[in-house]
Amino acid sequence: MGSFIVKRILLAIPLLLIISFLTFVLINLSPLDPAVVVLQAQEVPQITDELVTQTKAELGMDQPFLIQYGNWLLACLQLDFGESYVTGNSVWSMIGPAFVNTLKLTLISSVFIILFSILLGVVCAMREGKTMDKSVRGFSFLLTAIPSYWLAAMLIWYFSVKLDLLPTSGMDSAQSYILPVIVITVSYVGIYFRSVRSSMLNNLNEDYVLYARASGIPERKVTLHILRNSLQVSVSIFCMAIPIVLGSTVVIENVFAWPGLGRLSVRSILSRDFPIIQAYVLILAVTFVLFNTLSDIVNAALNPKLRKEFE
Amino acid sequence: MNILEVEQLRIWDALTEEVIVHNSSFQLKQGQCLAIVGESGSGKSMTCRSIMRLNKPAIRQSGRILFQGEDLNKLTEQEMRKRRGRNLCMILQNGMGAFDPSCVIGVHLRETLQAHYGWNAKEVEKNMKSAMERVMLRNPVDIMNQYPHQLSGGMLQRIMIALALVLEPDVIIADEPTTALDTISQYEVVEQLIQLRKRMGCSMIFISHDLGVVRKIADDVLVMKDGHIVESGSIHSVFSKPQHPYTQFLVSTRRELSNHFRQLMQEEQHIAKR
Amino acid sequence: MRNLRNLSQDKLAMASLSFIVVMIAAGVLAPLFAPHDPEEVNMKLRYASASWSYLLGNDHLGRCVLSRLIYGIRPSVLWVLVALLASVLLGAIVGFISGYFKGKTDAILMRVCDIMLSFPGYVMTLAVVGILGAGLENILIAFVVMKWAWFARVIRTSVMQYSEMDYVKFARASGVSHLRIIHKHIVPVTFSDIAVISSSSICSMILQISGLSFLGLGVQAPQAEWGMMLNEAREVMFSRPELMLAPGLAIVLVVSAFNFLSDALQVALDPKLMTSKPGGKLRGRKRGEQVAYEYIGS
Repeated sequence: MGSFIVKRILLAIPLLLIISFLTFVLINLSPLDPAVVVLQAQEVPQITDELVTQTKAELGMDQPFLIQYGNWLLACLQLDFGESYVTGNSVWSMIGPAFVNTLKLTLISSVFIILFSILLGVVCAMREGKTMDKSVRGFSFLLTAIPSYWLAAMLIWYFSVKLDLLPTSGMDSAQSYILPVIVITVSYVGIYFRSVRSSMLNNLNEDYVLYARASGIPERKVTLHILRNSLQVSVSIFCMAIPIVLGSTVVIENVFAWPGLGRLSVRSILSRDFPIIQAYVLILAVTFVLFNTLSDIVNAALNPKLRKEFE
Repeated sequence: MNILEVEQLRIWDALTEEVIVHNSSFQLKQGQCLAIVGESGSGKSMTCRSIMRLNKPAIRQSGRILFQGEDLNKLTEQEMRKRRGRNLCMILQNGMGAFDPSCVIGVHLRETLQAHYGWNAKEVEKNMKSAMERVMLRNPVDIMNQYPHQLSGGMLQRIMIALALVLEPDVIIADEPTTALDTISQYEVVEQLIQLRKRMGCSMIFISHDLGVVRKIADDVLVMKDGHIVESGSIHSVFSKPQHPYTQFLVSTRRELSNHFRQLMQEEQHIAKR
Repeated sequence: MRNLRNLSQDKLAMASLSFIVVMIAAGVLAPLFAPHDPEEVNMKLRYASASWSYLLGNDHLGRCVLSRLIYGIRPSVLWVLVALLASVLLGAIVGFISGYFKGKTDAILMRVCDIMLSFPGYVMTLAVVGILGAGLENILIAFVVMKWAWFARVIRTSVMQYSEMDYVKFARASGVSHLRIIHKHIVPVTFSDIAVISSSSICSMILQISGLSFLGLGVQAPQAEWGMMLNEAREVMFSRPELMLAPGLAIVLVVSAFNFLSDALQVALDPKLMTSKPGGKLRGRKRGEQVAYEYIGS
C-alpha cells in the first residue's frame, strides 16, 4: 500500500508541471499584449511604444520564454504570484483570504452534500420502485434543471426580503451560510445521490449478497457488506466533488456577494487582471490534481484489486 | 423418508405478471442426490432459490415447501434465516462472485459460523482448517486471509464445500457448481461433493445442464423446461428410457457427443498402437 | 428504425421533442414569431404587467419580455447547440483516431486529453474567457475547448470496444482502407453512444452558458439572452421579483425537455435497458441514472 501511495504521488508531479506550464502560457495566448493591458489598467492616457517596452522590461517580459516560466514557477512555489495589474497589491494577499472564504463555503456544503447523497441514495435503493424512490428521483430531475442562481435569487427574495429571516448577502454571520449552503447542496445532491443509488442497486443484485444470506448471516451484517461495496465507488466521486464545488461556486458567490474566489475571478476577468486569473487557474488546477490523487489512493485502500496496477 | 417435499410451487414475477415456474412438485429423499437438469432459463435456479426463499422481492411464490415436515413458506424471515446455512446450505456457481470482493474469505466464514455456532475467531480457524484440508486445500490459514480475486474458481468452490462440511446441513443445494470451471477442476469438485455426501450422509439437490456430471453424482433426476417439470425418476430409468421428447433430445445429443469422443479416442489408440 | 419507433412510444419524450422542435423553430424564425423588437426601449412601459400586446409584460427598460425571450433562444439554445456540435465533432475526430489506431497515437492523444481534463471545467472556461475577453463567441470557444477532451475520451472507449470486433478485423484483413472501415462499420454503431452523450451534455451546457451570461461574461447588453435577462432582473429583484419568472422558467422547461429526451433516447438506443414491455413500469426505473456521470464531470 505504501509503495502505491508513493508511486501515485510521483505520477502526479509531471502532471502538475505541465499544468503550471500551460497556465503560464495561457496569458500569452491573449490577443492583447500583457504590457498594454497593464498600462490600460493603470489608466495611462497615452500608450506609446516606449512605454510598452519600458513596462515590459519592468515586468520581466522581455526575457526568453523559458526563463520567464522558470522565474514564475519558482515565485509561485513561494506563493508569490506577482502583483495585480489593477490594484497593484500582491496577488496572494487578494487570493489568499478569498480562497479561505470559498473553502469554508465549499467544505460545509460538501459535508451536507455527502450526507444527504448517501442518505437519499441508500434509502431510495432499498425502496426501489416504490413511491418514495420515484418521487425523490422525479423531484431531483426537476431540481437539476433549475439554474442555481435562479434558485438562489428566489430563496433570497423569499427568506430575506419577504420573511426577513436571513441576511441577503455577505459573509457576516453564521446565518449567512445558510442560504448559500442550501443552494449548493440542492444543486449537487440531486446528481450525486443517483450514483450512490445505482451503486447500491448493483450491489443488491450481486451473488455475494445471495450467498451471505444463504449462509444465514444476519441481515444487518449483510447490509454492512453492501454499504461497504457501494460506498466504495461513491468515495472517489465524493472526493472529486470537493474540487468541483470549489470551482463552481462562482455564480453562487456572485449572487450572495460572498467574498470568495468566484467573485474575485469574475471581477478579474472583467478588468483583464491577468495575474489574478493566472493564479486562480493554477491554484484550482493544482487542487483538482491533488484531490484526484487522493481519491485514487483512497480507492486503492478500499479496493485491493486496484493496487495490482502498481505492484 | 422425504426430507424435502415441494408441492405445487408456483413462481411469478410481480412486475411483469410472467409465470416463471408452473405448479411444480417433487420430493427429495433422505440421503439421496436429486439432480435438476435443463437449459438456461428453465427455472432450475429459481426453484432452488425459492426453497431458500432468497428470490428478489419482486418475485413471488406460492405452494408448500415441506422441510422435515415444516412448511418453509409459512415461516417468518427470522425463523427462515436460522435454517439457512444450518439446515439448508447453498453452493453457488460463480465462486468469484460469491464472496464479498472487499473482504478476505475469512470474514465470511467467521460471520457465518459465528451466526450459527457462536464461535470466536480461533475456533472458526481450527474447524475450517481441518475442513479445508479435507477438501484438498493447502495452506488453509493463508487462504482465509486472501481476497476472492486472488484465488481460483475451483479453490473458491472447495471453500464453499468446506464450509458446508463444518455446517453439517441436512440439505445441500448446489447451483451449477461445475459450470464455471475447467474440466480438471470440475472433476475435483465433483469428487469432493461425492465425498461430502458419503461423510455426512446429507441430501443434495444438484442443478446442472451437464448430463455427464449429473450421471456421476445423482440418484434421481428432474428434467425442467420453460418452468415445467417434464420428466422425473431415477437416473438409470430416465437416461436409458427417456419418455418425454425433450429428455430424449437431451440424452441423444449428449450421447452423440460422447460417442464421437469415444470414437476419436479409439482412433488415437489405433494410431498409437501402430 | 426500430429504435426511433420505440422512442415514439414514450409520451413524455415525444412531448419534449415537440417542445424542443417548436422552440428551435421559434428561435430560428424569431423575427416572425416575436411580436415586438426585443431591443426597443419604451420608458413609459417600464415594469408593465402582462397586457394584450405585451403578453409577458415589460422589463425595466420597457422592452417586451416575450420578444426578448424568443430572441434569447438564439444565444441560449441555438448557439449552445452549435458549440456542442463543434465540441462533439472535435472530440469524435480525436476519439476515432485514438480508439481505432491505438498504439502510440492513442497514448499521446490520451495524455493530451488527460491534461485538458485536469483543469476543472468551470475554471478552464473562466480562464479562456479571461484571456479572450467577455462575449458570446468567446464563451462558446471556451466551452468547445473545455468539453472536447471529455467527448474524445468517451468516444474513444466506445470506438475501441467496436474496433475489436471480428468483422472489423476481417475487413482490415481483406484490405479495406481504414477510412472506409471507420465510415462504414464503426461510425454507425458508435452513433447511438455519441447521441446519448451529446444529448445529456446539452443540459449542463445550457445551464453553464446562461450562468456565464448571468455573470456578465457572455452576451453583452442590449442583446437578449436568458441568463442576462435574469441578471438584469436580479438588480430589481427586491422591488420587482416577477421579472425573474419568465426567463427562469424558460430555462427550467428547456433543460427539463432535453433531460427527458436524452433519457428516453438512452433507453431507446440501449437494448439492455429495455424490458419486454416497452413503456411498461420497469422502463421508468432507469430514468436519470446515466445523466449523473455527465454532470459530475462538468
